[in-house]
Amino acid sequence: MNFRWEWEVFLRDTGGGETYLHWMFSAWGWTLSVAACAWIIAILFGAVIGTLRTVPSLLLARLANAWVELFRNIPLLVQIFIWYHVIPSLYKPLQEVPSFILVVFALGFFTSARVAEQVRAGIQSLPDGQRYAGLAMGLTLPQTYRFVLLPMAFRIIVPPLTSESMNIIKNSSVAFAVSISELTLFALQAQEETSRGIEVYLAVTGLYMLTAFAVNRLMAFVEQRVRVPGTLGAAR
Amino acid sequence: MAMIEMKNLSKWYGSFQVLKDCSTRVDRGEVVVVCGPSGSGKSTLIKCVNALERFQQGEVIIDGISVGAPGTDLPRLRARVGMVFQHFELFPHLSIMENLTLGQIRVLGRGADEARDKGVKLLERVGLREQAEKFPGQLSGGQQQRVAIARALAMDPMCMLFDEPTSALDPEMINEVLDVMVELAQEGMTMMCVSHEMGFARKVANRVIFMDRGEIVEDALKEDFFGKPRSERAQQFLSKILHH
Ligand SMILES: Nc1ncnc2c1ncn2[C@@H]1O[C@H](COP(=O)(O)OP(=O)(O)O)[C@@H](O)[C@H]1O
Ligand SMILES: [Mg+2]
Repeated sequence: MNFRWEWEVFLRDTGGGETYLHWMFSAWGWTLSVAACAWIIAILFGAVIGTLRTVPSLLLARLANAWVELFRNIPLLVQIFIWYHVIPSLYKPLQEVPSFILVVFALGFFTSARVAEQVRAGIQSLPDGQRYAGLAMGLTLPQTYRFVLLPMAFRIIVPPLTSESMNIIKNSSVAFAVSISELTLFALQAQEETSRGIEVYLAVTGLYMLTAFAVNRLMAFVEQRVRVPGTLGAAR
Repeated sequence: MAMIEMKNLSKWYGSFQVLKDCSTRVDRGEVVVVCGPSGSGKSTLIKCVNALERFQQGEVIIDGISVGAPGTDLPRLRARVGMVFQHFELFPHLSIMENLTLGQIRVLGRGADEARDKGVKLLERVGLREQAEKFPGQLSGGQQQRVAIARALAMDPMCMLFDEPTSALDPEMINEVLDVMVELAQEGMTMMCVSHEMGFARKVANRVIFMDRGEIVEDALKEDFFGKPRSERAQQFLSKILHH
């Protein structure tokens, strides 16, 4: 059998007045949008929930633990379906919410449980004396977290957060399950319509890899920027 | 008049009693040194003073305010009590100057310029004016501890607590920190110091407290303590730390 590349497939018209190339890039845009919005939610909720897991209040710590267990232990795809099918049928106004938003929250909350775990570990890795020192100078407990504990905890957890950030790009592919026209859905549909699965999947794979690489570089840059002078591996 | 007063303080970790009915007082302008074997409860006792540790029984009163009372504004009270720790506990992600201004700005509500001016003065005082823009990790242990003292002084405290401020230091750095503390004592600062530096105690302490197994075994004027401690445990302890 003689295989012939046919990259021109991307210049074909989809029948909707645009080329497959055009469609692919707009799908890439959806992938990036889902991932970026979910990432923001994951970091915000992860920081709060992870922090609550370390506070002296038993009630708050329990609630935060429950959050983590809930969102970490149900498979992501199942969570997406629950958000998409189950919850809107129980609470009608949610039927009006675009599926993009539902997916962003589903992926964001799922990832927030994992980020919360990192944040908790980061905070707990700091010496107790840091908390004492913050409180002793008269900072309130929230101020001690805001100015003393979290800035160091986040620096410590940049490496695991890098892999969570790369995971969120990969996991955004589940959005295809609720018909969001992101890269994975594009790949499925385009290969069906054009019968050029190899070119389509290679191109999509390339975009996923490019994105992951860019995220990785970005996080490495962040790590460099926030590095504390005088600690191991710092520039000065 | 008492600056710090402790009445029948008891504290438990689960069923283990760390502090047993401890009572003492530190008067305005007084320097009190607390010593005793490791694990005897010195750190716990001093942390109870500004309620960094909770206690189950007894009372601690600072400047007339009961630390353990439900309505007490603890952050406000703590802001007026300086504390220096064994392991310095500077904030590693903040520059030396930022370490000195954080509390002034966020707790006392001072402006950035005022806080900086105060910071510069205090760094000058502890001989570290040149290090203002460095980070804690770039300083030696002795320098870090002097910064920690300056950080506490930046809040204009009414009294200072020290928890073994020199015991994590290399021997050649101990004196630079003790010198700052001696100066502070001579200026009339009220101080409660957990320390085994008996030279320091002899020089500036008014009283020495000896603790063992959660109890205040001896609470004596310096002259009496070094002259002839009453309890056998204190005698043993003294002979151990003075003879090497
Ligand atoms: N968080 C804690 N939980 C249980 N026991 C503790 C805790 N902190 C200290 N202890 C115990 O309390 C005792 C007194 O400790 P500490 O006040 O640190 O003694 P010191 O400062 O005199 O060495 C020790 O036996 C120690 O093991
Ligand atoms: Mg101790």
